[in-house]
Amino acid sequence: MNAVSTTSAERVRADLVRARSARSARESLIKGLLFLAALLSVATTTAIVVTLLQQTISFFGEVSPLAYFAGTKWTPLLSGDQQSFGVLPLLWGTFYLTGIGLLVAVPCGLLAAIYLAEFAKPKVRKTVKPILELLAGMPTIIFGYFALTFVTPVILRDVFGIPVSEFNGLAAGLVLGLLVTPTIASVAEDAMRSVPQSLREGAYGLGAGRLQVALRVVFPAALSGIVAALILGASRAIGETVIILIAGGQSPSMSLNPTGSFQSMASFIAATARGDIPQGTLKYETIFVVGFTLFCVTLLLNAVSTRVVSRYRQVYE
Amino acid sequence: MTGQRIADSALRGMRRGERTNRRALIFDILMYGAIALALVSLLALIIQTVVKGAPDLSLQFFLNFPSRINPANSGAQSAIVGTLYLMLLTAVFVIPVGIATALYLEEYADKTRWWNRMIEVNIQNLAAVPSVVYGILGLAFIVRGPLGLGPVLLAGGLTLGLLVLPVVIIVARESIRAVPPSIREGALALGATKWQMVSRQVLPGARAGMVTGIILSLSRAIGETAPLLVIGAASSPRFNPSGLGDAFTALPIQIFSWTQDPNPVFVNQAATASIVLLGILLAMNGVAIVMRNRYEQRW
Repeated sequence: MNAVSTTSAERVRADLVRARSARSARESLIKGLLFLAALLSVATTTAIVVTLLQQTISFFGEVSPLAYFAGTKWTPLLSGDQQSFGVLPLLWGTFYLTGIGLLVAVPCGLLAAIYLAEFAKPKVRKTVKPILELLAGMPTIIFGYFALTFVTPVILRDVFGIPVSEFNGLAAGLVLGLLVTPTIASVAEDAMRSVPQSLREGAYGLGAGRLQVALRVVFPAALSGIVAALILGASRAIGETVIILIAGGQSPSMSLNPTGSFQSMASFIAATARGDIPQGTLKYETIFVVGFTLFCVTLLLNAVSTRVVSRYRQVYE
Repeated sequence: MTGQRIADSALRGMRRGERTNRRALIFDILMYGAIALALVSLLALIIQTVVKGAPDLSLQFFLNFPSRINPANSGAQSAIVGTLYLMLLTAVFVIPVGIATALYLEEYADKTRWWNRMIEVNIQNLAAVPSVVYGILGLAFIVRGPLGLGPVLLAGGLTLGLLVLPVVIIVARESIRAVPPSIREGALALGATKWQMVSRQVLPGARAGMVTGIILSLSRAIGETAPLLVIGAASSPRFNPSGLGDAFTALPIQIFSWTQDPNPVFVNQAATASIVLLGILLAMNGVAIVMRNRYEQRW
């Protein structure tokens, strides 16, 4: 009797242990699978860096880094003496057009954000905010088409009478600004909305007006988020390809005059790499060098943004 | 004397009040001006696209293939079909991988371990990489090099999948985080294993946010031009891809190649194709809103 009950108890315990170990085996298998999925994003980064670096190193085996970083002529597709690999014109095109864009997008985006966060009625905000987000996600090819077929011929030539060429940096830059305005407005508005109400009420209690509250209390309090919004906008403009490819022209330039043609790093890559470009040539390698430069620029901006946010963030409550 | 001083200071106060008012007025003008400028420009963009493209918008445009010989009867069937296939492929790739990564980071990862922190930082950085760089990755790694698929539909879908993966992970994590801890504790207290808790409580609870976020990410993927240009999508093919290993094109690529055409008929058809693309994106946004309302959980 006694012996029987011990064996059955033992059997039950053995069953339990077996069930638990089968269960925990399944549990750790699942955890392992999920971890593998997470590793894929690390693998992506590694693949990007490795492919870019590989070709970049091979490129610098043939072209001196000095000629690349300090050269003022970018003509990699020509041959013989005409060929030159100075990246400065591409960097200039990228930053100059981004600058034109930000000249439009920063005031427009920030003023729109201040309006939505501090002045607009809840109803207005609830309708405008989703529209902003929709616009921020519009395909950039449509913006490029707009720049080419409307901004250049109608706005710049007919309305303002500026003698721009068919492909020009001004139209591309302005439309770049239009593209990033909704992004800046939306992200900066989020930052300002997260400033606690008590700060506003305190300022009102001390006799401040609405404008003073918006500009001297809410704006500084949300500064870290606002700077992050601006960097995000700049980074989108720097990486934007098709608008400049379509409307900005395809010849690099270091001119200050925005009515001529420009090329950016991203638009050079898209103009040159079309799938049919022969592998292993210097021409093929230029795509990777320029891609690596662009990658580093955006990585740097992202690092600055993270630093700014973590350093100046105000934590409430 | 004192009376004079009081009057002076009162006057100064009034002037300051006036100045504040004037400043508020100037700011109002600036603010409304800036908003009006941005809205009018964006409105002009949409109206201009519709005005240029609408005349060519007919059933023929959906059914015909791009044609150089007969521009008036040219259509965008191959591009529309290609875009829909790309969307599907991207979804098949990005939904399981994105959700699995988000679940790992939110539910399983020990944040004190360096490798888990590295994965997080890595995803943030990937989200900031320009789309054209993903095109280079696709060209060197998927089309040629290790995978060597050639410029085919599968390569396009994978490239776009990698492009939106970080965004999908970020939105999925946010919706997982929105599920309150009490739900998890309740499930564990009732004897659920971790995976039972995650799969039966957390995932359904996070469904609304995930579905919405994923649809919006997919709509971003199909609007991309640069990566597909770089990996070498076909321009104006007169056939639909019949399998994963076939050449393909997509609406943004078709719009781009029509924009480059000297024939003004094609330049207008670029606008028509833009309307179709915008229509697909609007429909996806609509579906996202419906899904959000349908599955939304209040805790």
